[in-house]
Amino acid sequence: MKKQIANWGNYPAIEADEASFVFDDQLNNLIRKGESFIARGNGRCYGDASLSERTISTLKYDKILSFDKENGIFECQSGITLDQVLTVIVPAGWFLPVTPGTKFITIGGGLASDVHGKNHHVDGSISNHVIEMDVVLASDEVITCSPDNCPDLFEATLGGMGLTGVISRVKIRLKKIETSMIRQKQVKAANLQELIGLFEAYKDYTYSVAWIDCLKKGTHFGRSILMLGEHATVDDLAGVQKNDPLKLPKNKQITFPFNLPSWVLNKFSVKAFNFLYYTKNFKKEINNIVSYEPFFYPLDAILHWNRMYGKAGFVQYQFVLPLDAGQGLIEILERIADEGLGSFLAVLKVFGKQESIISFPKEGYTLALDFPVRKGLLTFLDELDRLVLKYHGRLYMSKDARMKPEMLVAGYPELEKFKAIIKKYNPEGKIRSVQSDRLLLTSCS
Amino acid sequence: METVLILGATSDIAIAIVKKFASKKYNIQLAARNPAQLEPIKSDIKIRYGVECDAFAFDALQFSTHALFFETLKPIPNVTITVFGVMDEEDKAFDSWQLTQRMIDTNYTGAVSILNIAAKHYNEQKKGAIIGVSSVAGDRGRASKLIYGSSKAAFNAYLSGLRNKYFKSGIHVMTVKPGFVYTRMTEDLNLPKLLTSTPDEVAEIIYAGFSKKKNIIYVKWFWRYIMLIIKMIPEFQFKKMKL
Repeated sequence: MKKQIANWGNYPAIEADEASFVFDDQLNNLIRKGESFIARGNGRCYGDASLSERTISTLKYDKILSFDKENGIFECQSGITLDQVLTVIVPAGWFLPVTPGTKFITIGGGLASDVHGKNHHVDGSISNHVIEMDVVLASDEVITCSPDNCPDLFEATLGGMGLTGVISRVKIRLKKIETSMIRQKQVKAANLQELIGLFEAYKDYTYSVAWIDCLKKGTHFGRSILMLGEHATVDDLAGVQKNDPLKLPKNKQITFPFNLPSWVLNKFSVKAFNFLYYTKNFKKEINNIVSYEPFFYPLDAILHWNRMYGKAGFVQYQFVLPLDAGQGLIEILERIADEGLGSFLAVLKVFGKQESIISFPKEGYTLALDFPVRKGLLTFLDELDRLVLKYHGRLYMSKDARMKPEMLVAGYPELEKFKAIIKKYNPEGKIRSVQSDRLLLTSCS
Repeated sequence: METVLILGATSDIAIAIVKKFASKKYNIQLAARNPAQLEPIKSDIKIRYGVECDAFAFDALQFSTHALFFETLKPIPNVTITVFGVMDEEDKAFDSWQLTQRMIDTNYTGAVSILNIAAKHYNEQKKGAIIGVSSVAGDRGRASKLIYGSSKAAFNAYLSGLRNKYFKSGIHVMTVKPGFVYTRMTEDLNLPKLLTSTPDEVAEIIYAGFSKKKNIIYVKWFWRYIMLIIKMIPEFQFKKMKL
């Protein structure tokens, strides 16, 4: 039965069949059925990467296979969400080595996107912490790959948007923690120049990310809050917290109840929001101890926050520019401020070095912004693409719903190598998505 | 710690029930035709909930093996739950005696065979609980669920008889009648959203009913009234209807 599905941006939405599996042989049967498909986890990529007329849902394939509490080695099936992983590993004194800004993604989806977190400049992306994984190919053959075993498949699967095969089993190395709390520092920056200086000054912090008000012009252009953090040690804690340092945070979620009408978000309301968000920090600097939830996953506290952007949905635009392209960052932010297309979230982060075939991160500044889908948006984003290219940047496929194939070619120098590996493991393009067809990764046209 | 035996542990509903009981610190015994398949569920339950979990081979259709299977369980479970069942396409089943018989033998004969054994044990110990996952389809025979519905009707009658027989021995026998459930088996069907439960909801309701020592529970509760109305339609009228 076809039903309408969309990923987190609610754009685009398509009619699709969705089949799930619990056991390995059920996955093999689904793959053998013949028709083309793409694997789909919790639908938290933003655009069309996990959309296809036929999707195979991994959500019921969510079992934990082993957990070595001494050495922090965790082995699981790909459909488990980070949320579930955390509830098991945190009380045992371990944390995810890398986590994106939501815990509602599956491990499989995280690997297929090679997700990064606030610690990229220190720990790299998730691919750095994968010991091995099983990939089920279009032929239904299962291959166990690792940096030493079938390295081409391993490398192209991490960040490969599910196009090499279905990631089924994953073994990762966790990060040791003493407590479930984060020692947080928030520093206000009056403008972009100051922010970039702060990033440099605080580069030794394990976690860092900045929120930017991109509607502000003039001397306060790029005013922002830099958020820094370290896992708190037991000594950092006081009083009751000390007795149960690895306590899980309480679930305090609210649900965004309906799609907000599109007129609510406009230049004025977003400006007002950004003003409040900036001025809620009275002091130049705040230092405190918070649970890992508000630090890593502030938006997860509001289930279905994507409804804020209305029925038409939104596009998240994330690019990375090399470190020497600070001017490009300014030019793009200015262009966005001029257009006034409204973005609540503009998140800036510095990436460390990374060598990979198809993963998004590379050394430089990465900025992520939300744009509600409106008339003229796509043309505007094409214009931004040209600026990103001018400064030798590239876009993140997990966020993408609209880039043109030339943009991918220009941004990813190893793309031909990636395509060749897809051809090797998925020769008939049986595994394909709306995105892979659009970007000419699986279609011949 | 108490132990729960789940017969037919590979279904979505069974997995949800297992998680619910494990989260309440019951040790778990999983049983299915192919126990090798159960390994991931076993590790998952142990790691997530910190309880014991074992997997055993059990075939509902191999009646002669049931006594040995149950008696060699260590420990003998405090709660026995049957979740296994077969629901073939009715037209196909009607045309094939083999399919018809398999459905009856699994849903009814197999369940009676293993539960007789469990009930006798519990009677000797004067305690224990039996939970039979049946279906609303057993409440009244209909053309569209001819064989399946009649096998579940027989199972419902068996469970209520068992409850009656062992009431004085203090054995809790609970009949569970789910309506529509979103499972792997039904993902191709267009089920009415308001009437359909998730496996997790079924598990919640089963655990709540078990804790309160209920006799017959519907999932969700309004199915009791839907089925009541269906049962009240006079037969001369009912036989003409398409349900």
